[in-house]
Amino acid sequence: MSAPGRAKRESLSEQREGIQTRLASSYDVAIVGAGAAGLAAATECARAGLATVVFDEQPAPGGQIYRAITTTPLTNRDLLGPDFWHGEGLVREFERAGATWVPGATVWAVTRSDNGFEIGLSSDGAARLLEARQVILATGALERPMPIPGWTLPGVMTAGAAQILLKASGLVPEGRIVLAGTGPLLLLVAAQLARVGASIACLLDTTPSGRWRAALPHALDFLASPYFAKGLAILRDARRAARIVKGVERIEALGEGSLQRVRYVADGRTEELPADLLLLHQGVVPNINLANAIGCTHRWDEAQLAFAPVVGDWGTSSVAGVAIAGDGAGIAGARAAEARGRLAGLQAAHVLGRLDAAARDRAAAPARAELARFSRGRAFVDAMYRPADAFRIPTGDTIVCRCEEVTAQQVIDTVKLGCTGPNQMKSFLRCGMGPCQGRLCGLTVTELIARERRLAPGEIGHYRLRFPIKPIPLGELAALPQTEEAKQAVVRIGKAH
Amino acid sequence: MKRLPEAQASSIPVTIDGRPFAARAGDSVAATMLAAGVTACRTTPVSGSARGPFCMMGVCFDCLVMIDGRPNQQGCLVPVREGMRIERQSGARIAIDAPQGQP
Repeated sequence: MSAPGRAKRESLSEQREGIQTRLASSYDVAIVGAGAAGLAAATECARAGLATVVFDEQPAPGGQIYRAITTTPLTNRDLLGPDFWHGEGLVREFERAGATWVPGATVWAVTRSDNGFEIGLSSDGAARLLEARQVILATGALERPMPIPGWTLPGVMTAGAAQILLKASGLVPEGRIVLAGTGPLLLLVAAQLARVGASIACLLDTTPSGRWRAALPHALDFLASPYFAKGLAILRDARRAARIVKGVERIEALGEGSLQRVRYVADGRTEELPADLLLLHQGVVPNINLANAIGCTHRWDEAQLAFAPVVGDWGTSSVAGVAIAGDGAGIAGARAAEARGRLAGLQAAHVLGRLDAAARDRAAAPARAELARFSRGRAFVDAMYRPADAFRIPTGDTIVCRCEEVTAQQVIDTVKLGCTGPNQMKSFLRCGMGPCQGRLCGLTVTELIARERRLAPGEIGHYRLRFPIKPIPLGELAALPQTEEAKQAVVRIGKAH
Repeated sequence: MKRLPEAQASSIPVTIDGRPFAARAGDSVAATMLAAGVTACRTTPVSGSARGPFCMMGVCFDCLVMIDGRPNQQGCLVPVREGMRIERQSGARIAIDAPQGQP
């Protein structure tokens, strides 16, 4: 690492020290998430002279794609490749732009206030509230749940988790590793793990045969896209890294207390192999919890098999003053997320009077071109790696809701009793009411109910989420400063008795 | 999990269930546990079955652990600190807020 690199780390850690004292009580723009979209949005807002604050749960900027970009212990840059290191420039310009960065902070509420919005956040064991005139959500994506029998066993993780351990900690799994699922990230993780010496027993490819037929209409677009050459390289590396079993139709994780074996069905034959680690992955989906709780309108995206917020050209949502940028507004990848972040940032600067429409449009032109370039080929990837029904819509005793340990059969039985949707399902089964707040079961429950009721997932809808969107201790809430009005309300009730 | 040679830098002392472990500065609590070979970090309140870190990015809540006496902390979001006491937790936790030794 060069000397400027070290200086950057120091400046970031200094910021970390003084969060609670240094935060102002109000900002022009609050941005949730310091990944590709959040960093780009913050850069544009701060450059336009807006008082900008960025909240992120991680201790270092970068989100998940550029996870630990300023702190990774990996010195061999080829290991993570140029697509990862692209994030360095993004962080550098973010640091220079002068936004306030609040790492290790969870935003658990965004509600309307007199001057815009009140943001509830929690960091270092303390909650606080502050105000912002505009809000940009850049909450990114999470890996699509892959509910197979035994997916809750220790020793079963997501492929993304293994990549995070590598990027952030230089940790490489030992023992017999099985990867399973579909999509580019699964292949990329296989290649990266092999490069650092992990022994991959096999990769169980659940991509249904014949998907290329559905993808074919989008093939020309894909061939002309930046993803084509990268995709070929990843495929080649993955084939070198692992024995790939194609056409896998069913997978079970087996073991007492932790993973010991993986059983799978391919070509009608059942096979079983010993395993110490099973890494699951079948694409990523928008992380919509905050947008959903704010009340932004969402729609079902049939191509991506997920709910996504409805947004305009500048990322504006159905709630005035709230914009959504990056994969949180629909999966399009890191470079598209960066472009969408810039557009949302420029629009905030326009709405708050820092840029007139002409200046905004001029500044937005390069981002629009980037967005167009990196949106090409997405339809092909979506069609090619559309996860099979069997791995999205489970049956029998397979756990759907990991937190409350609700099975697929319980959800199906409850639909048969007359339960019509995910919100009603909560009162029957507590499904989606555990600490993860439906992040790991929302899509599965919607699709299960939709199939049972023979309706489209969009007609069934998603859980209606409420604040706080992540559990926080009551003590933290109670310690928040109270307004005189709120105190009076309690005092009056006390006197009435 | 094994550590790549270039990542074997400065270590800080922590305890996991009372046993001393040399953690890597900068790692999360969940990464520290996995580096120590601890794959299961809790049992569930519903069935008592074992769980370990799953997503490593703060969404799944399966890596909940007790940190310095505070239960239900997301291990993957908390960076390790020198002298940290990390404990696996079993079943439902009582939501105590005051650190030990305080009223």
